[in-house]
Amino acid sequence: MTTTEGLKKIGRVQLDARRLLAHVALIAGVLVMIYPLLWMLASSLKPEDQIFTDLSLVPKEFVFSNYTEGWSAAGQSFATFFTNSLIVCVGAVAGNLIACSMAAYAFARLDFRFKRLWFALMLLTIMLPQHVTLIPQYAIFLSLDWVNTYLPLIVPKFLATDAFFIFLMVQFIRGLPGELDDAAKVDGCGPFGVYWRIILPLLVPALTTTAIFTFLWTYDDFFSRLIYLSDTALFTVPLGLRLFLDSTGESSWGPMFAMSVVSLLPTFAFFLLFQRWIVEGISTTGLKG
Amino acid sequence: MTARNSGEGRRSFTLRDQRGASVEAQGQVRDDAAGEVVPSGPPSGGREGKRAAGENLWGYLFLSPWFLGLFLLTLGPMLATLYFSFTDYPLLAGPEWTGLDNYKRMFFDDPRYLQSLKVTFIYVFLSVPLELVFALLVAMVLNRGLQALSLYRAIYYLPSLLGGSVAIAIMWRQVFGEDGLVNQFLALFGLDGPSWVSTPEYALYTLVLLKVWQFGSPMVIFLAGLRQIPQQYYDAAAVDGAGRVTRFFRITIPLLTPIIFFNVVFQLIRAFQAFTPAFIVSGGTGGPVDSTLFYTLYLYQEAFAHFRMGYAAAMAWVLVVIVAAFTAANFLMSRYWVYYED
Repeated sequence: MTTTEGLKKIGRVQLDARRLLAHVALIAGVLVMIYPLLWMLASSLKPEDQIFTDLSLVPKEFVFSNYTEGWSAAGQSFATFFTNSLIVCVGAVAGNLIACSMAAYAFARLDFRFKRLWFALMLLTIMLPQHVTLIPQYAIFLSLDWVNTYLPLIVPKFLATDAFFIFLMVQFIRGLPGELDDAAKVDGCGPFGVYWRIILPLLVPALTTTAIFTFLWTYDDFFSRLIYLSDTALFTVPLGLRLFLDSTGESSWGPMFAMSVVSLLPTFAFFLLFQRWIVEGISTTGLKG
Repeated sequence: MTARNSGEGRRSFTLRDQRGASVEAQGQVRDDAAGEVVPSGPPSGGREGKRAAGENLWGYLFLSPWFLGLFLLTLGPMLATLYFSFTDYPLLAGPEWTGLDNYKRMFFDDPRYLQSLKVTFIYVFLSVPLELVFALLVAMVLNRGLQALSLYRAIYYLPSLLGGSVAIAIMWRQVFGEDGLVNQFLALFGLDGPSWVSTPEYALYTLVLLKVWQFGSPMVIFLAGLRQIPQQYYDAAAVDGAGRVTRFFRITIPLLTPIIFFNVVFQLIRAFQAFTPAFIVSGGTGGPVDSTLFYTLYLYQEAFAHFRMGYAAAMAWVLVVIVAAFTAANFLMSRYWVYYED
């Protein structure tokens, strides 16, 4: 055996050792990260008295009473909260898809006066903290008698207030070849025809990203629901959870955990189904997760 | 924030160019006009006359929902908030002009306000650097062509996706509670931990940890950036005898600065507005003894528990000024440390 071969061999062993070390570190990290989630899941399946005494992740006896008990413990059934969340989410997704794609088409393809000014303003609104518009918006919705309805949560989406998605779609449309537009115009399409027949079908990837993130954010949103909804029959899932927390206090952690787990299921399902879209959406645009 | 002079303009473009380039990775056609800050319309030349007439109308037509939103829900309310900030406004009665009283009270006569500033600054300047360092570290380890990369990435990312929810805040409150997971673990070593969330010295740091726990989303962004650094650079440096540390500081970090910059800007903006974790963990009070009284939580209390809308409006504008100042400072400083490869 020559010395170079020996050196190569040593090098390979070193490399393997390093890889192994990286895997060990990553797996340890995964355990620390995921442990609280597994703990909550396990706790939701344990009898009340074992939650805080039994450290093991595998319950000694599985009980599902936490789930059946928690489902309607907040005064309203969680079925109501889920239905309400779904209504708001569907409304918000529809609003964002329509309004943001229209605005994006105008910015990316049409020529009009003060375009640069409006575009710069649009970019600025992405970074604007929502609190600075909160109080007058509340006053407006109050005077319209919209407080305690879903309108303040849905109507703004139809006015393209989530400017980030406009930006996302502008970027996408600018990447589409302009020859398609020209060909459609030759065939007699007006600006609306181009938008409807050419741009929208090609925009589907960006629309999908928008729909997924709008759904996830709307589902999780707590602040605006807290402000606009006070009738428990209208509560969305996060408000329902908080109502549960307040009404039962520190007493019933089993059902509390069970409902927390249930409330995470839609997000988790989205994650499993659309993982590729979500990860790509984040790495390409810096969308928050 | 989006600066208008040319130097700054170039910066915001490169940020987008990086995004544009990733769009390409998604299998889409690359943005051919990535160099421009403003979307490319047809050049305003000789044919403008006829073109502008029709397109002007269509442009404004397509933008009409956005315009309604901009004026009715953004610009109008911003100005109204500014006006309210100089008034006493209990919502049901109309606003009454009080000049600078709200601002004076904030900075000279309201210890809770100053406390909320302090809490928020500690939270932001502890959690954002920690989160980003973790994100970069794990991204570096993941970027070595390991097997099961996408599985690791998915699992590390999961907390980011779930982390903003009420359910996770409830979980956190229990993990760091009296008999929670952390204390159960400490008990194995015979240690008797306090209820971390209800001890004023520790409560805020449990929220910092909750934020750091969500390092997955900047990690995914870092990972995408790391993959765009050409391998030749590392090979060339290795030939020149550069070690791992040198390669990290001379190649990886400089080429990653636009992404670090992007992450810093956006994480800062978000962290200043954090609300849900503090609200749930403290039961809406910001306690114990105001140790988790986030800025937005105090603003919420003033506006919707005490109906001091004028005071809350003043707080909102100060928040905007703070966020804008830090963002502007970031952009200004970026010319000294962010490196763009053109």
